[in-house]
Amino acid sequence: MTMERRNFLKLLGAGAAATASVGLAGYANAASSAGGGRKVVVIGGGYGGTIAARYIRMMDSSIEVTLIERNDHYVSCPFSNLYLGGILPDLSLLTIKYDKLASNHGIKVVQAEVTGIDAENHSVTTSNGVFKYDRLVVSPGVEFRTDEIAGYDPEIMPHAWKAGPQTVLLRKQLEAMKPGGTVVLSIPLAPFRCPPGPYERTSMIAMYLKQHKPGSKIIVLDANPDIVSKKGLFLKGWKKHYEGIIDYRPAKKVTEVDNKNMSVLIEGIDEVKGDVINIIPPQKAGHIAHVAGLVGADKKWCPVDPTTFESTLHKDIHVIGDSSIAGAMPKSGYSANSEAKVCAANIVALMSGRETTDMSGVNTCYSFLSEKEAVSVTGVYQVDKEKNAIVAVAGSVGVSPDLSELEAVYAQSWVKNILNEMSS
Amino acid sequence: MRRKWSGMALALGALVMSAVAHAAPPSAEMLSNACGGCHGANGASAGPSMPSLAGQNKDFFIDAMKKFKSGERPGTVMSRLAKGYSDEQVVAMAEFFATQKPKAQDATVDRTKIAKGKSVYNSACKRCHLENGKEFEEDTPVVAGQWLRYLQIQMAEFQSGARKMSEKKAEKVKSLTAADWDAVAHYYASQK
Repeated sequence: MTMERRNFLKLLGAGAAATASVGLAGYANAASSAGGGRKVVVIGGGYGGTIAARYIRMMDSSIEVTLIERNDHYVSCPFSNLYLGGILPDLSLLTIKYDKLASNHGIKVVQAEVTGIDAENHSVTTSNGVFKYDRLVVSPGVEFRTDEIAGYDPEIMPHAWKAGPQTVLLRKQLEAMKPGGTVVLSIPLAPFRCPPGPYERTSMIAMYLKQHKPGSKIIVLDANPDIVSKKGLFLKGWKKHYEGIIDYRPAKKVTEVDNKNMSVLIEGIDEVKGDVINIIPPQKAGHIAHVAGLVGADKKWCPVDPTTFESTLHKDIHVIGDSSIAGAMPKSGYSANSEAKVCAANIVALMSGRETTDMSGVNTCYSFLSEKEAVSVTGVYQVDKEKNAIVAVAGSVGVSPDLSELEAVYAQSWVKNILNEMSS
Repeated sequence: MRRKWSGMALALGALVMSAVAHAAPPSAEMLSNACGGCHGANGASAGPSMPSLAGQNKDFFIDAMKKFKSGERPGTVMSRLAKGYSDEQVVAMAEFFATQKPKAQDATVDRTKIAKGKSVYNSACKRCHLENGKEFEEDTPVVAGQWLRYLQIQMAEFQSGARKMSEKKAEKVKSLTAADWDAVAHYYASQK
C-alpha cells in the first residue's frame, strides 16, 4: 500500500467514525432499559464466551458486560480424555468458576437458562430475567443431532462430548467393565467439535484397557471415510502402544442403537455389540442459535462475517466458537478463544465508532497418545478479502513430526494457561 | 486533485456501508492476543513450562521468531506457528509484548541451588544477562522471573546442542556442569 493510500484510509476511518457514533447513540437509548451505558450480553461461559466477556472489559471498561451461563462452573472438554485414560484422577483441574471474571473485570455473571433472543428489540429472555443489549455475543457450543440415531439414550451410551457428569459416567462404565470386554466408540461425520478428539479418546481408552482390563479391545466405528485429523501420528501411536487393542473401522455410520442388547446398528443393518458404548452423536450449533434464527441454510451452523463474527442473518448479534462457520478454523477450544478476542476487539471498535481490524487467529490442538506422549496441530488464520472468508496462512498449518514427550509437557501448560485466561 | 477528492467521496460512502471490507490490517494487539491461549493474557504465562512473553526484549523476540521460522532453533508448535507471520507482524508483536508488565513465575525454587546459581551466574553469565537476568544486551532475553521448567528445558537444549549458542556463550559455558546449568535456572527463576 502506498503512503498516499494509507493516509487516505485514515481519513476515511475518521469519516466513518463520526457517522457510526451518531448511529450508536440512537441505539443505546433504544436498547438500554436503565441507564444510558453501552451494553454487551454474552451467552455461554465456555472457551469462547468467557474470553469475549473478559477482553471487551479489558479493552473498554466503560462497556457494561453481562455473561449468562446456565451452570455455576464449566468443565473443559479438552483434556477430559486424559481423565478417561486415568492420567487425571478427576475433573477438578479442568473445572473453572466465574467469580474472578466478576471481581477482576467487573463482568456481571448471571446464572440462568437463556430461553429466547429478540433480535429486533435487542433483548435476551432467560429463566432469571430479561437483559437488554446493544450487541450480543452467542457462544453456546454444540448441540447433538440425536434424531439421527434411533433409540439414543446418553444415560446408557454416554457421549461424554460435553465434559462433566457424562465424562464421569463413561469413566465409571469403563471401570465396571469385565476384563476381556469390548468398548465401542462411534464417531460422527465431520464437522464436529474437536476434530482430533475422538482419536485421542480412542488412544486414552486403549491405554486404560491395556493397563487395567487385560484382553479387552475397543472397536472404533468412524462415519468418516478415514481418520479426520493427525492420521499418520495416531496410526503410529496405535501401532507402537495398542496393537491388537484398537480395531478401527472407517465409513461405519451408526444410525440406531439397541439399549437392551447393548448394540449399535451401522446404516440400520450390521450389528456391533459392546460392553461399554460411547456414542459421539453428529452435531449442530447450540440450541439457542436455532431458537434465535442464527443458523444458516445448512440448518446446522451459523454464518458470520469473518472479521467481526457478526451474524449475517441478524444485526448486532455475533456468533463465536463451535456454533459459527469460521472458515478454515477448526471447531476447537483454542479457536473459540482466538475468535472471541477478534470478536471482542471489533465489537469495541464498532461500539466506539472506530474502524474494525482484520482478524488474526491461532489454533493449537494437542492430543495425547500415551501417558507421556502428545502431538499437535497448529494454524495461523487471516481473512482472504477476495473470498471474504477465514483462511490459513501458508506454512503455518501442520502437525508434529513425531510423537513427542516435550509436547506432552507443553500441552499441560497449555491447558493451565487457557483455563487460567478464562477464569482470572 | 479534484478527481482524487471525488474518488474519496465515493470510497467514503462504501466504507460507511460496509466497514468490514475496509478493515485495517491486524493491529499489534490483534496479532498478540492470539498468542494468549498458550502464553497467557498479554503474555503473562500461568506456567509451568510455557514462557512468559510480557516484558521480553523486543530484539530477542524477533530473533527467536526468525530462528523458529528457519528451523535454526528447535521448536514444537512454534516452528510451525512462526511461519504464519510476516517480518513486520513479528516486529509488531515484539513491540507489544516488550511493553507489557512482566510477571514473575511462582513455581517452587530450591534455595541451595539459588545460592550456587548466583555464583555460577557471576562467573559465567552476568556480562550478557545483565542485572541478574532482569536486563538484556542486544538480543539476549530477559530471563529473571521466567518459569523454571521452561528455563530447564532450554538449558537442556543448549547442553545437548539441539539449540545453538553464540560463540561467545559457548566459550563462557564450556566448563559448566549439568548441575551448574540447573542451579542458574533456579537462580533466574527466583528473581522478581
